[in-house]
Amino acid sequence: MSSKRPKSKEASKIKGKGHPDYIFPLVLTSATQELFGCQADEDVTGENPYKLLKKEDIIKDMKTRASVSDFSPVKQLVLDYPEDELLLVFDRDFTYGQSFYLVLTVEAKENILKPSVEGDEEQMEHEEKEEEMIVPKTPESHPWISLGSEQEIKEESVTESRPRLRYKISPLQRRCGAPVCFSDRSAQDGKEGFVECPSYQDKSFSIREMEKHTAIQASSDTKNSSTQTLWKHPKNIWTQYEPREFSLEEKEHHLRSKNLKNFITSVLIRFEISLQQNYITDVFCDDWTALCEDEGALTGKTETQLKEYQSFMDLHFSKEKTISHVHWHPTISGVIAVAMTERLSLEERIDNSTKLLLNPSYILFWNFTDPINPQLQLECPDDVLCFQFCPSDPNIIAGGCMNGQIVLWDISAHVERLQDTRSGGKNISNKLDKNETPVVRYCAVSGIENGHKAPITDIQWLPETFELSKLGIPVENASRVSVQLVTCAPDCCVLFWDLRPPRVVSHSLTEVKQKSEEKPLENPHGVPNTFKHLNLTWKPFIRVSLPKLGSSGEYSPLKFSLRDNTVDCPSGDKPLQNAEREEGCGFAQLRVPSAKQQKPMENISTKLYVGTEDGELVYTDWKMEKDNDSGRLLSTKPIHRFLVHDTLVNTVTRSPFFKDIILTVGSFSFAIWKEGVTNGPILMSAFSRTMRTVGHWSLSRPAVFFIGKEDGSIEIWDLLQNTHEPSQSQNISSAAITCIRTSCISSKQHLLAVSDRLGTLHILQIPWTLRRSSNSERQIVRKYFEKEEERLEYFEKRQIKHEKKKKEMEAEEQRKKTELVMPLKQEEELEAEALKEYEQFLALEKDILKNMGLLNETEDSSDM
Amino acid sequence: MFCSSLLFCSCYSVQAEVEDTLKRIQGINGVIGTIVVNAEGIPIKTTLDNSTTVQYAGLLHQLTMKARSTVRDIDPQNDLTFLRIRSKKHEIMVSTDKEYLLIVIQNPTE
Repeated sequence: MSSKRPKSKEASKIKGKGHPDYIFPLVLTSATQELFGCQADEDVTGENPYKLLKKEDIIKDMKTRASVSDFSPVKQLVLDYPEDELLLVFDRDFTYGQSFYLVLTVEAKENILKPSVEGDEEQMEHEEKEEEMIVPKTPESHPWISLGSEQEIKEESVTESRPRLRYKISPLQRRCGAPVCFSDRSAQDGKEGFVECPSYQDKSFSIREMEKHTAIQASSDTKNSSTQTLWKHPKNIWTQYEPREFSLEEKEHHLRSKNLKNFITSVLIRFEISLQQNYITDVFCDDWTALCEDEGALTGKTETQLKEYQSFMDLHFSKEKTISHVHWHPTISGVIAVAMTERLSLEERIDNSTKLLLNPSYILFWNFTDPINPQLQLECPDDVLCFQFCPSDPNIIAGGCMNGQIVLWDISAHVERLQDTRSGGKNISNKLDKNETPVVRYCAVSGIENGHKAPITDIQWLPETFELSKLGIPVENASRVSVQLVTCAPDCCVLFWDLRPPRVVSHSLTEVKQKSEEKPLENPHGVPNTFKHLNLTWKPFIRVSLPKLGSSGEYSPLKFSLRDNTVDCPSGDKPLQNAEREEGCGFAQLRVPSAKQQKPMENISTKLYVGTEDGELVYTDWKMEKDNDSGRLLSTKPIHRFLVHDTLVNTVTRSPFFKDIILTVGSFSFAIWKEGVTNGPILMSAFSRTMRTVGHWSLSRPAVFFIGKEDGSIEIWDLLQNTHEPSQSQNISSAAITCIRTSCISSKQHLLAVSDRLGTLHILQIPWTLRRSSNSERQIVRKYFEKEEERLEYFEKRQIKHEKKKKEMEAEEQRKKTELVMPLKQEEELEAEALKEYEQFLALEKDILKNMGLLNETEDSSDM
Repeated sequence: MFCSSLLFCSCYSVQAEVEDTLKRIQGINGVIGTIVVNAEGIPIKTTLDNSTTVQYAGLLHQLTMKARSTVRDIDPQNDLTFLRIRSKKHEIMVSTDKEYLLIVIQNPTE
């Protein structure tokens, strides 16, 4: 009902009566209702409450019923009513107090009857007000009231103030019709061409702008401000906490409580069940996987052969040369160093000695990325039979030569080349030509007079944890760098060398000054100065000779093996990391400390195993003793000596897994020894048909080792499978094998480097079965060795027993011999004795029967 | 062993009985340690050393509470009775009620 007539407010004034003037509430009885046809809820309802009553009818009713009539109160009003019909409204809600009301004025009747809400004009007022506020009404049109704006418009508009003037211009008549000649004339041609009216600033008219158009925008207030956290001074604070605990009384109190007892007794049974369950069987054990482990080779990888991975043969340098020693680079993977020597016997050497001088020998560095060109060449003064990388600095290499000299190389300048080529040759520096192999000359050689007098066959570095004093006592190594070397040669001595300059006893100031003033001499050929102090003057500081046990003479060592003594640094410092070492440990700066400063280290075994030319294995101590008579330092007599192999011992190596197990290989047999077991070798192999030339333990499996043979084949021995024959034998080359070395490049790739007499280096891949050790392999192998040890002991005991028995038997035999002299007499005596005994027995029998009362005197005599 | 302790139940004092039962558990094959803990995780009685006890008590108490709340979240009428944790080396068993916690550590070797 939006289109409501706006009720004029005058029409609805409430004076506090409850009903306006024109409304008169009435009560109509049911008779009256019937009469007039306005019965409640029948003729008039809530929806249709209006009923028009004729005036005449009402008057008639009033006359007939007089005071009883319902209309009596309104009698006068009805009579005054101008019209004929009055409006009766059924007031359902009793708004005016009664059920009906009569509308008394025409105007109100009109108002009510027009479509609008009946009665409740109070509410309508409120509604109007609300509607005005809430609902926007469409504005009504009013006549326009002029407020003066038309004046402005009039002023603005341009109107003509006077009629327009008209001019007519015509030329003279005589000119009309005459030919006219038009010409162009530009405006700039004369002064009168144009009239200019330039603008100028007229000061009499300065207009001040009274009005300006500006745009305005409202914006909210902004304020700039900043904050800063307070930087409090950092403080070291610590907190410590400890767990809550009960005091003794509280514990007792708890233990006495009944609740606890009930709880525990109720819970006990399930605990017992579970505990027993666990004891009976392990529910979570996976039998299937456990089964697999023990079997070992069930994973489907059936390759057992060594696969050839690469082989290196240098065409320039390897003609008629053989490889004497092979070593993997300790830090750079994929790089291997190979020592080439002449393939000649002694006589041939003597014959060709002049030629050999012109043909220098080399150590070549090979890289897997380049199989044709070696990466580096190390020049040697003579054939190098053995060499080793320094364990603390892999740029220092020490080698032993055929003439008894030790050679030292420093390849720190070329390490990058080795490392770069490993990455594929991307960063090769421009200086070096790719095809040219750089040649590195040796830094230092030992002096010939004081060194070995026979070709050096074995060289090893001492670990960086200890060093030796003059007497051979191991002392703490302050510099944590390997500085000492051990070499042996068949000239019957083992020499110890020190890389540091020897201690000068007398320091005079002048000497020191002179040394500092001297300019450092530049070595030719760009050789680094690392070992300049040793060159040609190097002497060993300990000389250990090997006097023979039980006879005069000395053993001539070929190979030796030291116990790998890894000792914890007592001061708690870790050994120098590689980074520090790369700075260039100046060996010249290291000094041999004075004997007083050094602290002797315990727990270092000073004993070594030496394999000799005669096939013996000698176990000796390198500590020197002072001979009381002469005051010189002498070496002690060896502790043990075993003669096992027939010919020279060509390998003495320790197992990388067990520090006291040693493998020695002679020409036709090999033996495994345990340090400390003096009865003999734990395992001695059968004699083979072909000569065995080298032996090497596997680095990944404790029970496996490789033996190289003269026909170019490799035997792979697996102690867990067979101890009487190799588990595999594979032919690698046609010439004898000279050296075998293993390397673990990655967990999936283990490589075996095998060199042969023809100068070729074969790199083989170790198959999975040989490189993966099972979990308990180490223990099994250890048990095997222990078992063998026991066997040896048992044998020895048996031998002793056997000897005893033998002696006893001999003694008995001797006794028997002496006893055989008088046999007859004895026989007679024996008979007499037997008779006596019989008589004694009879007497005894008599006595017993008498005592028992079973014998009569008469029977006795008759029985007898 | 079962019968004997039941017979003497009434004669013994409560404390002795508690200790008896605990000894019984401790005596089973493979048991490494036994700990009785109160509702807050403070150990009452133990057969292990102090630091280990305190560590076990604290950690297992939290775990048991967590486990119990898990069980009760799923079904409020349910409650945790027994918790067994099997690790590579040991098996830890925990049983709990309103006020106490009993922890037993066993080495389930065969």
